Amino acid sequence: MKKILVCALLVLAMSATAFGAAFKIGGTGPLTGGAAIYGTAAMRGAQIAAEEINAMNIDVKFDLRYEDDTHDAEKAVNAYNALKDWGMQISLGSVTSKPAEATAAENFADRIFALTPSASSAAVTEGKDNVFQMCFVDPNQGTASAQYIGEKKLAKKVAVIWKNDDVYSKGVRDTFVENAGKHGLEIVSETAFADGNDTDFSVQLTDAKNKGAELVFLPMYYQPASLILAQAQAMGYAPKWFGIDGMDGILTMEGFDKSLAEGVMLLTPFNADAKDEKTQKFVKKYQEKFGEIPNQFAADGYDCVYAYCQALTQAKATPDMSAEDLCGKMIEQFTTMTFNGVTGDNVRWMKNGEVTKDPKGMVIKNGAYVGLD
Amino acid sequence: MTFLNFFISGISLGSIYAIIALGYTMVYGIAKMLNFAHGDVIMVGAYVCFYAVARYELNPFLGVVIAMIVCTILGMIVERLAYKPLRQAPSLAVLITAIGMSYFLQNTALLLWSSNPKVFPSIVGRGAFKLFDGELSISHITALTIIACLVIMAVLTLFISKTKMGKAMRACSEDKGAAQLMGINVNATISMTFAIGSGLAAVAGALLCSAYPTLMPTTGSLPGIKAFTAAVFGGIGSIPGAFLGGLMLGVIEIFAKAYISSQLSDAVVFGVLIVVLLVKPAGLLGKMTQEKV
Repeated sequence: MKKILVCALLVLAMSATAFGAAFKIGGTGPLTGGAAIYGTAAMRGAQIAAEEINAMNIDVKFDLRYEDDTHDAEKAVNAYNALKDWGMQISLGSVTSKPAEATAAENFADRIFALTPSASSAAVTEGKDNVFQMCFVDPNQGTASAQYIGEKKLAKKVAVIWKNDDVYSKGVRDTFVENAGKHGLEIVSETAFADGNDTDFSVQLTDAKNKGAELVFLPMYYQPASLILAQAQAMGYAPKWFGIDGMDGILTMEGFDKSLAEGVMLLTPFNADAKDEKTQKFVKKYQEKFGEIPNQFAADGYDCVYAYCQALTQAKATPDMSAEDLCGKMIEQFTTMTFNGVTGDNVRWMKNGEVTKDPKGMVIKNGAYVGLD
Repeated sequence: MTFLNFFISGISLGSIYAIIALGYTMVYGIAKMLNFAHGDVIMVGAYVCFYAVARYELNPFLGVVIAMIVCTILGMIVERLAYKPLRQAPSLAVLITAIGMSYFLQNTALLLWSSNPKVFPSIVGRGAFKLFDGELSISHITALTIIACLVIMAVLTLFISKTKMGKAMRACSEDKGAAQLMGINVNATISMTFAIGSGLAAVAGALLCSAYPTLMPTTGSLPGIKAFTAAVFGGIGSIPGAFLGGLMLGVIEIFAKAYISSQLSDAVVFGVLIVVLLVKPAGLLGKMTQEKV
């Protein structure tokens, strides 16, 4: 009798590790504070993916946990340590660039593999073999934008307005300016703003207007962009507008006059209006659960968890593996696999952790995104 | 003409700083404390006004009145719960409490209204007065803000110099202990100051968000800091000083952006502040005496 009991217990214990247990996956992001919109979205996207995967009949299961870093590097490291104490095996890094630079260094030192949904600064992955990105790295957005504007002959004279206390904005602006000449663009006006003087843009707009810019490039998030659009309209300046992925979200701002954004072009990996089945399913679920249209951050979070699911399945990894073993397997997988997600098909990663996928050119027409090509 | 246009942009930005600075300077002048939560009361006022106008489709001016009532009550509650128990505490403790209050309000707003930015509907529309064949334009909201600033300034000055309550406020500002010995209810007077300051914050919130229409839980904090700078610039405690300081700060900021460097505008603004404080330590219109109102 005793023997049978012991055997039964052993079988139970084994099956628990083999089937019942889940990969502990953790991430940090701003869930409160001024940048909370990004952290919350990425977390929610990841949650939906984890729930879907856990409901599927496959071996990979996830135990997802998000900690708040309030978009602060120091708090992000504390949050990362809390996750490590909890037993995190693979990581979603951090959502925003500044904190992600700090946690990526920890990921590298601790040999815990990280795939950040949306921290796009180049410094996040630089020199770290186990930190990968789901979003475009900032410099690529600048290069891609310059190329796009040049190839489609959207304008010759270009103005750039950027935020000089933000690594995201600076990263994009730097490569845009560097590559503009190559694609036949002339930058006639370049002006900046920062936190605290991001309300009045009359000077920047007057400069662009007086120097005859036909297109204004806005490497920034959508809140300042919405003010720029409104103020340009008030002063009767109507150039072409070109934004990057941070512009995504401008249409979901409550009370925003969508006619202001009419004709605004942007490069973004995710389009909530896309007709493919995957996107539709995700958007529908997100809307049911959280009552809003998912933005690109939510889509990035969603894709991260699915990419992990694919990589773990292919590597035949099990949840009883140590973080370090998983790290080695994940590096192997991510540098070789191809992933299809809601933020793009044929997504591949380079050895340095940067992602390659095609940016989609979008234009806002009648208050909705429409593909440019 | 470009110069004049920049000047007008400066004035419109400055008038917003000025109206926020009035609240800072009034509370500092009387209660001798820096109410860092002022910027966040502005944000609450703007949200109340936003919901009244955008969701319940009330008349914008009625919305402002509702926001004023809510903010006045909020200001009195904050004062009663957070500042009154510290009346005898060192001023550093009060300052830290005010910063804590500021974070508390911001995070409560985050829970209540989420971090998604909202676009504030202007209370007077987005039109502008065109001068010189449209070469020069002054938006309605700028004109309204300046008029509001002047009216509030005049009313406050009259209130403080002519009414009995105003007299009590001046007495408290000069010497709380002596005022109490003379039979003035110091606590009630300071509560009243907060009530007025918070009511002003609601007006400032509606005007701030009408001029620069993104509304988030952190909307009030940075303009609040700038306005505080403006109040110090003009001489903290002085009501006309806050007005002057606000306008000058706005104009300097825009000119620095336009003619020096858009990247260095804040450095220039604060550089000027340092120079002014070196020459006139009490600020432009501040007096070095005990009485500051």
